[in-house]
Amino acid sequence: MRRILVTGVSRPPGSALARRLAGEPEVARVIGVDVTPPRDDLPGVEFVRADIRSPVAAGLLDSEQVETIVHLGGLSGPAGRGAGREVAVIGTMQLLAAARRAMTLRAFVLASSTAVYGAGPNDAALATEDTPLPAGASGRARDAAEIEKYVEGLAQRRPDLRVCLLRLAPLAGPTVRTPLARYLRRTVVPTMLGYDPRLQLLHEDDAVDALLRATLAEAVGTYNVAAEGALYLSQATRRLGRPQLPVPAAMLPWFLGRVDPPLWLLRYGRVVDAARIKKELGFAPTYTTAEALQALRERR
Amino acid sequence: MDDRLGKGGNGTVVPAVLDARIAAGLAFLRRRLAGQYDIDEFGFDPDLTSNVLLPLIRPLAEKYFRAEVRGVENVPADGAALIVANHAGTIPIDALVTQLLIHDRTGRHLRLLAADLVFRLPVTGHLARKAGHTLACQEDTARLLEAGEVVGVWPEGFKGIGKPFNQRYQLQRFGRGGFVTAAAKAGAKIVPCAIVGAEEIYPIIADVKPLAKMLGLPYVPVTPTFPWLGPLGLLPLPSKWLVEFGPPIESSDLPEAAEDDPLSVLDMTSQVRETIQHMIYRLLAQRGSAYG
Repeated sequence: MRRILVTGVSRPPGSALARRLAGEPEVARVIGVDVTPPRDDLPGVEFVRADIRSPVAAGLLDSEQVETIVHLGGLSGPAGRGAGREVAVIGTMQLLAAARRAMTLRAFVLASSTAVYGAGPNDAALATEDTPLPAGASGRARDAAEIEKYVEGLAQRRPDLRVCLLRLAPLAGPTVRTPLARYLRRTVVPTMLGYDPRLQLLHEDDAVDALLRATLAEAVGTYNVAAEGALYLSQATRRLGRPQLPVPAAMLPWFLGRVDPPLWLLRYGRVVDAARIKKELGFAPTYTTAEALQALRERR
Repeated sequence: MDDRLGKGGNGTVVPAVLDARIAAGLAFLRRRLAGQYDIDEFGFDPDLTSNVLLPLIRPLAEKYFRAEVRGVENVPADGAALIVANHAGTIPIDALVTQLLIHDRTGRHLRLLAADLVFRLPVTGHLARKAGHTLACQEDTARLLEAGEVVGVWPEGFKGIGKPFNQRYQLQRFGRGGFVTAAAKAGAKIVPCAIVGAEEIYPIIADVKPLAKMLGLPYVPVTPTFPWLGPLGLLPLPSKWLVEFGPPIESSDLPEAAEDDPLSVLDMTSQVRETIQHMIYRLLAQRGSAYG
């Protein structure tokens, strides 16, 4: 019987995952940690309101004899910008330091992002798990890559741990509030003049399924998780029935304001090859990119 | 259509054709405005390519350059194949014309491998992806060939397309033969292709190297008409084009473990290069005057 700690449990993918884990017969306890209380009821989940940077969270690992950590806190910081991003990175470092010393710990699952690949004119059309990560990344892409690096460091120091990284494509779904999701929901979508990036999404339910699979199956290693198919941004906005407003690249940040998906994504787009997880874990998302896009319409 | 021809005679044929065209055009517009078309993961948009991009090149290839095709039966009707061709003409019109000719003669979409510059620049980047092109790199080549596509590669790259007019039809270096390795790994045939005519569309008489360096471009060409005539200098000269596809080199003839045997890869690369060079000389002799 397993004891699982889930971070970032108050936001949608985390709360859904914690609920699902609590329903699994082989799971004894699910401890959810987050800085804010969960929006919905989490039946079967013991919620601990704590910052993962604090010793409270670290103490839980030993006092509750946690066996598996599912770290979603790095997926997107509370606000996803500035100080929020800092919390995600430093919080992960603290959590990993605690994990290194936690003797009962057997597995660490990280929800990472395909943002680690960035995007550029020199990139192959599809990134695989073996594609080298870019050196000059900035913003959230750099944070995500840094968090992965720390987790790989943990894997090296604790070879007895089962470490699994899932690189999730940008999430889409009724409860998703990521910058890209909010961008696509705008009434007028400002785009970069002269560029039309390819988008690939992942439905939030599929993300939860993939995390559940990686947590319960004995998955080790790095896996891309993304819906099948791609859409051009122009195509996506038309399918959503939103007018596009192409503006020169230099002016785009001003038009984006606070709803700011990464500029490299709006310029070059990112599509990944998700064949490995299908082959090794038998996991294939149920929603295509086109269907995940439609799921952005409903909002909860 | 045949029914109407029989019943109504010639009078109704034209309106019927026109009706069908208008209906198809409206259906296309509706699809585009609603975003209801599919692309592949490389960004290839067959709907746009067949209905807009290729029809734009068709008059240029067929009427202006009067392109003639030989040996099209050497392009396999299905399965993976790598078309290897010579490059010329300042801007890669030769690649687009080859894509059109293969599409019109065999119904297959040629997937071109393009330089990163294409994807760095605005507009060309997404248009190239929509036309089915992708970055010339081992990963994309392997992925396309494994999917059974017919892939086009111009191994001379900028060295070929930006060479001065006095070196016309002299094949430049073919690089390290990455295309041979890719074809061997995927079990794809290599089809040598010679294009005659592209050399004369923008004859490069000088290259403004300092300006090219400043703009981050591989070359800034000076032709008899550019930049002297301004935008008019962008009009290509109406040379006569001949495109020939040679007999395919079977993948069984390719070096098997390419990584372990760089020498045989280079051998095969120069063999392909020689074949194309000879095809070019033969076509040149047949064509006679460039603008005839």
